[in-house]
Amino acid sequence: MNWTSWMLSGFLATLALSTMLSASQGFGLTRMNLPYLIGTFVTPQRERAKVYGFVIHLVNGWIFSIFYVLVFEARHMVNWWFGALLGLAHALMILTVGMSLMPGLHPRMASEQHGLNATRQLEPPGFMALNYGVRTPISVFLAHAAFGAILGSLYHLSHAA
Amino acid sequence: MQDNASIYDCRDNPPVSRATKMEQENATGSAASDWPLIDDYGIIGDCRSAALVARDGSLDWLCWPRFDKPSIFAALVDRERGGHWRISPVGPASVKRNYVPDSNILETHFTNDSGNAILTDLMPSSSRASHEVIMLPDHEILRKLTCGTGELEFKIEFSPREEYGRNKVRLLQCGKLGLRFVVGRGVYWLRSSVDLKITDGCAHARVWIRAGESLRFSFSYTEQAPAVLPPLDASFDDRIDYSTKAWQKWGRHAVYDGEYRDTVVRSALALKLLSYAPSGAIIAAATTSLPEQLGGSLNWDYRYCWLRDASFTIRALLELDYWDEAEDFLEWLLHATRLTQPKLRILYSLYGDKAPVERELEYLSGYRGSRPVRIGNAARDQLQLDVYGEVVDAAAQFAFHGGHLDREMQKALIGFGDYVVKNWDQPDEGIWEPRSGRQNHTHSRLLCWTAMDRLVRLAERGLLQRAPIEEYKQVSNAIRHQIEQRAWNEQMQSYVSVLDSGELDSSLLLLSWYGFEQVGSPRMRGTYSAIRQHLSTPEGLLVRYARADPEGTFAVCSFWEVEYLAMGGGSLDEAHQLFGQLVKYQNDLGLYGEEIDANTGLALGNFPQAFTHVGLIGAALSIDQREKGERQLAHRPPTATKHTPSEVSS
Repeated sequence: MNWTSWMLSGFLATLALSTMLSASQGFGLTRMNLPYLIGTFVTPQRERAKVYGFVIHLVNGWIFSIFYVLVFEARHMVNWWFGALLGLAHALMILTVGMSLMPGLHPRMASEQHGLNATRQLEPPGFMALNYGVRTPISVFLAHAAFGAILGSLYHLSHAA
Repeated sequence: MQDNASIYDCRDNPPVSRATKMEQENATGSAASDWPLIDDYGIIGDCRSAALVARDGSLDWLCWPRFDKPSIFAALVDRERGGHWRISPVGPASVKRNYVPDSNILETHFTNDSGNAILTDLMPSSSRASHEVIMLPDHEILRKLTCGTGELEFKIEFSPREEYGRNKVRLLQCGKLGLRFVVGRGVYWLRSSVDLKITDGCAHARVWIRAGESLRFSFSYTEQAPAVLPPLDASFDDRIDYSTKAWQKWGRHAVYDGEYRDTVVRSALALKLLSYAPSGAIIAAATTSLPEQLGGSLNWDYRYCWLRDASFTIRALLELDYWDEAEDFLEWLLHATRLTQPKLRILYSLYGDKAPVERELEYLSGYRGSRPVRIGNAARDQLQLDVYGEVVDAAAQFAFHGGHLDREMQKALIGFGDYVVKNWDQPDEGIWEPRSGRQNHTHSRLLCWTAMDRLVRLAERGLLQRAPIEEYKQVSNAIRHQIEQRAWNEQMQSYVSVLDSGELDSSLLLLSWYGFEQVGSPRMRGTYSAIRQHLSTPEGLLVRYARADPEGTFAVCSFWEVEYLAMGGGSLDEAHQLFGQLVKYQNDLGLYGEEIDANTGLALGNFPQAFTHVGLIGAALSIDQREKGERQLAHRPPTATKHTPSEVSS
């Protein structure tokens, strides 16, 4: 495993992922704001939550990219389309497992079953995060496919070199 | 002129208001009795958007996330398909309304034989500190119904509509979280302490409420993140208390202790509601297409910012000591308009963009059949040379009161001055924006002269660097000469509204306001006399100008008359008398529309209207200053404020 290549590829792929998710939110495709959702784990203050969430998401993406690289190495297959496939699988896991667990894990998220209280006030994502807009799954799939593809391409370059 | 209490039948139809026979006859297209009067509305807001609530508890107008976005409730302009959110007693009830003193928290008191209840409406405020510990929605309306004595049955109808009533929305019941629906990129949530049943895009319930009980509702909108859903517990009441105190703190800051304190503070609060906090802009009114003529087509979208109002608005804010708002507004005037400088448009959107193209929403009935309902405003392409003077005068007032004009602002002002030097002699559409072509308007010339005069004064006081003073003086003299020669009609012994004509206009009263003519000069007295003779109604109100198709009297013109009298054009008693008469035309909440129907005394046009409230504040300030012997309108040429003893007869 090429650690230097992983660090650079993982960082750039995570930046691209954050940019795509943020852009899809800005273009009105989704209200899912991952930095905000992550940041509100630690603070209710909106602007601060976005900053904290962005940093945590960046580190998180970086760490996640290790698993991608490990799969690349294990399968001896490093290219953009395999990376994109891994990204789609990753997105599917987030949208199904991750989002359904979110109301139970997130300290500030309400749930349809239990309602809300003084601290749990954040709208839950619902199945496939559809509560945040019907096009949310599309933007999550596309962003994570791009994440995997960029990671696969850049890591492939270091292999080729 | 209004009574404070009225009886409504809130059974299955919207309220039967105090409509006069004449209004019923004038209204077309829809049954007039189904409609509240324009005066029947109160406004709530959060300096980003506003909602209008009728006397029967029906919220009939709301645009989110800002004033000029499409509506989600628009029963104001179409009772059937516009959309509304009603919390009304079932059956007849008497209604009294008030704002919690010095605040924008609206209270509607319903009383019938079986009891009484208070409906409290607001868009909540929040402190920066509260955001540190709790999450709050971006945009929210709180409604709380509290029964004081006995018991009453209430009917609740929540019937939102997408984009000015174009489509119904799909309401979804989301368990304990409440109701939600999606329009465009945003999500709306209604949380209610009452179970609501959904039928055909409308959530509704009938509920008995007994002494000591309360019903709570929170309606919120979120566009850029997952929504925050506030609880309906005790924190709900805390938020109302906080909002009340925040508004009262703002309202009680007003530096005015004169005779008309309450109505001045109410006008300031209304003006604040029409301001857009993120940019500092102030819109003309919160509504579109409330008619200037019942059943007519003079229906315009006023949810934009007119530079015409700048000078009066800054004066009101500065002299009431609302410095932050004055500074924000001036910065908006000089920075938001940068894309077009040195040219100025006559109106801008909230962020300084060109106002949208005018469109007619043909599927809407219009208020009492007053069609078409328009959004956008075609006046955006008109030329009004007066706006240069109004903006420069606003900046001059700010500077003369001690404000600092930074280098960028000074550069912008000189740009305006240079534009006036090159273009002051052009015909334009004029202050009232008729769509009949350009003419040489005296008012526009007056404001071009004002621009030159103020720039020279600013430069002479060292507040404006690198201004071509001599050139400005020459142009100022040339404009003065033209107005004195060609806007004066010897036969009429009056100034006229268009050069070389015989037409009158109430805006000629501003010749002395801006300091062009002394209040007591023979020419100004002659002009005032002609305006009284030709533009005054039997009730003593002023129309803007004579026109074939009648419209209401223009409220701000009458306040200009009060100022004219207060500045020495008449006695102090005359000013008080006219002001006192005008105050009777406000609605029971102290709000004014653009116009007043002289026959019925009722409001016409978009509501509430910033220009009218600014006019009221200015008139009250001038009366107070005269009473105290203080200098009036200190930014004008000093000669214009000097009165000889014979001219000041009070």
